[in-house]
Amino acid sequence: MLRFIVRRLIQMVAVLAVLSLLLFVWLKSLPGGTVSALLGERATPQSRAALEKVLGLDQPLWSQYLSFLGRILKGDFGVSNGVLVGRDALDIFLQRMPATLELSTFAMIIAVALGIPLGYMAARRHGSLLDNASVITSLVGVAIPVFFLAFLLKYIFAIKLGWLPVSGRQGSEIEGTRVTGFFVFDGLITREFDAAWDAFKHLILPAVALSSIPFAVIFRITRAAVLDVVDEDYIRTAESKGLSNRIIRGRHILRNAMLPVTTTIGLQIGALLAGAVLTEQVFSFGGVGNILAESFTKRDYPVLQVVILAAAAGYVIVNLLVDIAYAVIDPRVRTR
Amino acid sequence: MTFKRKATPFAVLTVAALALTACAQSDRDEGTETTGTSDGGSSTFTFGAAGAPSVLDPFYATDGETFRVTRQMFEGLVGIKAGSAEVEPELAEKWEPDASGTNWTFTLRTGVKFQDGEPFNADAVCKNFERMFDQNDAGQVRGEYWANTFGAFKAKAADSLYKGCEAKDEKTVILSVTRPTSGFPTFLSLESLSMQSPKAMTAGKANEIAAQGEGFTFPAYATAPVGTGPYKLEKYDEANKTVTLVRNDEYWGEKAKNAKVVFKIIPDESTRRQELQAKSINGYDLPNPADWKGLESEGNKLEIRKPFNVFYVGLNPNKNPKLQDVKVRKAIYQAINREQLVKTQLPEGATVATQMMPDTVSGYNKSLEATKYDAAAAKAAITAAGGLTLNFAYPSEVSRPYMPNPQKLYQAMVTDLEAAGIKVTQSTKPWAGGYLDGVDAGAYDAFLLGWTGDYDAAANFVGTFFGNLAQNNFGLAKQTFGPTLAGDLAKADSIVDEAERTAAYEKLNQQIQEEYLPALAISHSPPALVVGDNVEGVVPSPLTAEEFSSVTVGGK
Repeated sequence: MLRFIVRRLIQMVAVLAVLSLLLFVWLKSLPGGTVSALLGERATPQSRAALEKVLGLDQPLWSQYLSFLGRILKGDFGVSNGVLVGRDALDIFLQRMPATLELSTFAMIIAVALGIPLGYMAARRHGSLLDNASVITSLVGVAIPVFFLAFLLKYIFAIKLGWLPVSGRQGSEIEGTRVTGFFVFDGLITREFDAAWDAFKHLILPAVALSSIPFAVIFRITRAAVLDVVDEDYIRTAESKGLSNRIIRGRHILRNAMLPVTTTIGLQIGALLAGAVLTEQVFSFGGVGNILAESFTKRDYPVLQVVILAAAAGYVIVNLLVDIAYAVIDPRVRTR
Repeated sequence: MTFKRKATPFAVLTVAALALTACAQSDRDEGTETTGTSDGGSSTFTFGAAGAPSVLDPFYATDGETFRVTRQMFEGLVGIKAGSAEVEPELAEKWEPDASGTNWTFTLRTGVKFQDGEPFNADAVCKNFERMFDQNDAGQVRGEYWANTFGAFKAKAADSLYKGCEAKDEKTVILSVTRPTSGFPTFLSLESLSMQSPKAMTAGKANEIAAQGEGFTFPAYATAPVGTGPYKLEKYDEANKTVTLVRNDEYWGEKAKNAKVVFKIIPDESTRRQELQAKSINGYDLPNPADWKGLESEGNKLEIRKPFNVFYVGLNPNKNPKLQDVKVRKAIYQAINREQLVKTQLPEGATVATQMMPDTVSGYNKSLEATKYDAAAAKAAITAAGGLTLNFAYPSEVSRPYMPNPQKLYQAMVTDLEAAGIKVTQSTKPWAGGYLDGVDAGAYDAFLLGWTGDYDAAANFVGTFFGNLAQNNFGLAKQTFGPTLAGDLAKADSIVDEAERTAAYEKLNQQIQEEYLPALAISHSPPALVVGDNVEGVVPSPLTAEEFSSVTVGGK
């Protein structure tokens, strides 16, 4: 197990190193860039030249890459030149990360809490009205683009009905104390329930929108896996032995059916983060997705680099965790 | 397995969720009443901003989103009269030049304090100017407005317009410049050149800006700057994307009407509109002209600013030699049906431009008439010139006050140009993603661009466009008239007598339109901002320099 983890960690470093090079070359090949980001439409050739000199952008590309790499190794990812000018790019990422994690976690909780039980029930009542209705719902969930659903939800519940806030993470009039950056959690631990409730209300619509695809996928995989498992001989044997429903459901059906579901959940985390970019845009949510889009529009390369490298690192780590979870659930994987 | 058992977890979840909701709701009910914005009696003005302020020390800023915030906190020696582009006294009560036009005596307002309690006096003024003048390498790059107005910093003192500052007594200060220029002291109204607390700047090491990687880091002062204005900074909550200002109770003038101004950063324009519909903000800037009618029918108020901009087609004869011929340039001008363009593509209140600056700027030539649309004459001229193929570019991913929808404006122009027999190869790039770079590098034959004035001076329009042979997008160095035009503009700028100077600029505007035509002035558009029906006291500013201290929400 340890060797397996170490090997995967080495792979991760290699992936990130290659990615940093590709990213650097790609960003440098894009039109526009730091000078435009910092000087805007009023840049004169003189001020451009002065800026390039001060920032070393007049150096050859390889030299710029080496100093970029050197800085990264020292933990210096540069400072923002467009989104929040002058702030440390890594700090911006870390400051925005809790928003995306909070949103994704809520979305995943909704997806899992609805997807697994519904999938299980649909399979157990195969062909019933519940089954058909859930299958159709899940199909719709997959088919509707996240941002469209987000717009729709926002239009109905925030604008027309006025039940929930239109955008942001917390009302501007709320004075919430920040501890972890997870606004709901912060509100709970500091006993500022007003702030927690307000943050929770801000989370509902984006989280529901974001959960649509993982919900649909988890539901369908669970349903299919349970359908597969219930036809297995060992279930019939268990039933004929007169084992209780609880044991059959928990130990035999769910445990076996959970393998593909776990993998799916892991993969969905990646998709969830991708979906968060669009959802955060629609709800101006102020997370990493928001900052990714903004830093691209503003050609804020230091922030873009941090976000993309961190997303890649996150993806590799999640995959690693999924593999470990897989090994824990299925002992056979461990011996391989 | 019974339905009951299966349903249990859901029942528990539902009950728990309801209980949590109820709990939180009751907490909310018992908690202190927060300041709403829709209750009709709020003392907070919440404004939807399109972007985050880049840095709160206005000296290092160049963008409107930053200035919108800092404008409420800072004041200059010279101010802008509400609702116009005219200068008026602000921290200086009056000023006058000596005969040479190079030594200006400012009489300062007395009894003014910075928000940290420090007195505002002649000594503070000189410390501010010395601070702005004496910048390190990074500061010289970031202090763009100083560079644009005063030309150079202490390191190249000989090239600078700034000569020195002398505190004669508490309330008298003499600012010296190296040569007379029409922009001085008008440009002291620029937000970047505001007065800041010398004590706070020293304590916060205001000038310690440094290059790091591909950007700049700013000292502590840049996030906690101190001015003399009616509002002061309470907090900039980056995680929640809000900037909160509170009333400066020690303000020397009329106190701000609202206790707080909150800027809620919402980059997406349609979301800003929805926030206004949901009444969670009280207003926002630059609503899409396509939404103007809808916003008004929802009961909001559109505050339309007087146009202080010009939208033009830039021509680059270096890239396409045929454009060196003024007849060809004029033919392109005649080919564009600007009346139609203004009517169909630009917001209400937009006008066809007769010259490269709006009519509010002194030096505007009232007698000039707009070049008439004449497709037949254009076609004949183009045929006589042996045809014309134009690589014509427009920016994508952008909306500017002078061109709300570049693509639509462009398409309309291309149709006109093609009707006049001009072949057009279309180019487009994202605004910050290569378009501006392309224009600067001379990559296109023709391009769409515009300008919103910074201050009320002809030098800020025609002077900026055509005054510098080494730095312009119109290939002026190689045009026969280029040096003459640049020289004449410099001469006009240095005339001390106002009437004489105005006449000189009027004449130059006529020459630019009738003889030179280096760029085609298209239109002037009125940008708007929108506020809810319960908001009073917004005075729209042509310079987009609205001050929110006069605003009331819900009659309070």
